[in-house]
Amino acid sequence: MVALRAKSWSPYAVGAALGVLSWFAFATADHGLGITTAFENTAALLLKPQLPAGHAYLTAPGKTAKIDWEWMLVIGVFIGAALSARLSHDATKLRVPELWRSRFGSSVHKRFLAAFIGGAMMMVGARLAQGCTSGHGITGALQLAVSSWVFVVVMFGAGALVALALYGKKDHSDVR
Amino acid sequence: MFDSPIKLILGLLTGIVFGFLVQKGRATKYEVIVDQFRLRDWTVVKIMGTAVIVGSVGVAALASAGMTTLSIKPMLVGGVVVGAVLFGSGVAILGYCPGTSVAAAGEGRRDAMVGVLGMFAGAVAFVSAYPLLKPVINGLGDAGKITLPQITHTSPWVWVAGLVGVAVAVAVLQKRKRLVRRVHGNGSAATTGRAAHANP
Repeated sequence: MVALRAKSWSPYAVGAALGVLSWFAFATADHGLGITTAFENTAALLLKPQLPAGHAYLTAPGKTAKIDWEWMLVIGVFIGAALSARLSHDATKLRVPELWRSRFGSSVHKRFLAAFIGGAMMMVGARLAQGCTSGHGITGALQLAVSSWVFVVVMFGAGALVALALYGKKDHSDVR
Repeated sequence: MFDSPIKLILGLLTGIVFGFLVQKGRATKYEVIVDQFRLRDWTVVKIMGTAVIVGSVGVAALASAGMTTLSIKPMLVGGVVVGAVLFGSGVAILGYCPGTSVAAAGEGRRDAMVGVLGMFAGAVAFVSAYPLLKPVINGLGDAGKITLPQITHTSPWVWVAGLVGVAVAVAVLQKRKRLVRRVHGNGSAATTGRAAHANP
């Protein structure tokens, strides 16, 4: 019970547990951990009635939007993280992270605008590639899929370049 | 429109454990994600690497016992490469990835909640613009649903064993590094300082 109230666990312990959770997911649902398909499906369910006849999305193979296992998984992630944060008194109402503030100032608007744009870019990218850090990075990689290993390497390179462009080489670690 | 209720409940339970673990792993912190890209904090690589290695053993066993079917995403060159560039850039700007955005929103972080709204906007944009995006996804070559064992004509177990070998090697090196540090008066002040940041 003490462990449940701890603010952090060893990253190796967390990783191992996520690996075992992947066994469970594959055994019970023929499915690995993944997040972004549920977002696409929700958008598709809402948009489909309004799409014009002949819209390529309507005839694309494998695009059958529904409220499914993965949709509930996303809801669960929110609940699980909220539970963990409450148990460890790690819950927050933070609007501007410290590292961001040290570089871009304390404007909430600026931070929220960047978060919105970053979130949108990330989602379009994930749906182009058909996976994210979970769907490709964990689930695809552990199945040894070529697409997933390519995705992880290219994604990490792009992210590192953008982070370098945003923060430069200065340490900034004095802010924490 | 809906999966069976049992499957929905299984999804919810799996998600709750997933979110709980991500939060305990501190992957819901903006600094942890951004500093991974800046090569200053290796938490994310440690979590994902261990998850992939441990996961690969069990899932390969389940698959060879016929107890699950694998779901391999196709190697669509345009979709995967363009998608990965856009994705990595987006994560570096937002400071959370999709799973950790939802988890960070659960932790209460307001900027992550805005990020989740942005993600939904991105999903709407993707579905709407699909006719324009389709040539990018499919038009630059499709190698199909291929795996590393398939393209090298090897058993998956060779690769799983290789991954486990990497884990063992890293563990041995880390242990040796710690021993060396202890012998030489536990390293420089800078190393100690960074370690304190990584695990406050």
